Amino acid sequence: MAKRTENLKALPMSFAALAAEPLFHIGNFPVTNSMINAWIATGFFVVIAFIASRRKSIVPRGIHNIFEAVVEAGVGEMEKVTNNKKKALAFFPFVATIFFFILVSNWMGLIPGTGTIGFNQLIHGEMELVPLFRPAGADLNFTLAIAVLSLVVVQAVGIKATGITNYVSKFVNIRGIFRAIPKGPMAVVVAVIEFFVGLIEIISEAAKVLSLSLRLFGNVFAGEILMGVMLSLVSVFLPIPFIFLEILVGVIQATVFAMLVLVFLTVATESHGEHEEEHKEKEGGSEKHLEPSH
Amino acid sequence: MSPEAMTLLAKALAIAIGGFGPAIGIGLIGFSAMNGIGRNPEAAGKIFVPMLLGMAFAEAIAIYALIIAFTL
Repeated sequence: MAKRTENLKALPMSFAALAAEPLFHIGNFPVTNSMINAWIATGFFVVIAFIASRRKSIVPRGIHNIFEAVVEAGVGEMEKVTNNKKKALAFFPFVATIFFFILVSNWMGLIPGTGTIGFNQLIHGEMELVPLFRPAGADLNFTLAIAVLSLVVVQAVGIKATGITNYVSKFVNIRGIFRAIPKGPMAVVVAVIEFFVGLIEIISEAAKVLSLSLRLFGNVFAGEILMGVMLSLVSVFLPIPFIFLEILVGVIQATVFAMLVLVFLTVATESHGEHEEEHKEKEGGSEKHLEPSH
Repeated sequence: MSPEAMTLLAKALAIAIGGFGPAIGIGLIGFSAMNGIGRNPEAAGKIFVPMLLGMAFAEAIAIYALIIAFTL
């Protein structure tokens, strides 16, 4: 009897560790199981890119139909957010890459064997299962990398589109104070308040990175734990609705991440002037309606 | 109470209280979406995507609480 309980103690008891476990090291660089999944997803896209780029013709045939349909649907959706076809086409490569990369990474985490096939290893004094594959989104490094990259891209695109003085004055709005001085004391007070609002915007940029990364990480990691718990309760039939939930969560989280990055890009590339022009056009239009016809 | 007991209690309270606000928020978003679809059933497709986006934002707050519960 003592032998049996000893065997039980050797079984791994937790479902997934918070940090991705390193499988091997290249020099000093640890390669984790989530990293391997991300590499597999990247390899998948490289293969897709090769297939999509050979024997192009004006009239698409065969598999090119799928690619054209996908690109058209994507650009159409993005136009609804940007209201500007040129911007939608310019942002499409980056945003669509983020969307498809996260989507494929999330869905790859549902393949049987991800998170379950592995080896037992002594970690922190307890035997734990180190899986060979783990969804890439379940590693905070993956999501944080995409979030930081999108922050850098948004700032760079904003500076390129509006010029560096315009862009910096969105955050440090000293120019607004100078412009408001000839307009009177009330305008100066408003300009000072807007200056502090601009400073808070800097903090909100950092918060955007955190929220983007933590949202995706939390959803995928909680999905892993949920699947582990459900599969350990009843191995057949009960996990089916939860696997559907995971499929849905994969799509929704990829959509949310990509759409948020698109919104940030759109907001960063519209200058203050465009806002004022839109307001003036709307006012002018409504005044025209009220004028009686001669 | 012992530190381990306090840690367990903190974990439980973090996710319990942290999930309360987002749940109400998501319910309110769904409520207004249902209202909009009820008034204008043709707009159901247009309302669906912004509703999902709003729900994902609200759910993110609950995810932050879950991360704290995991890391404690």
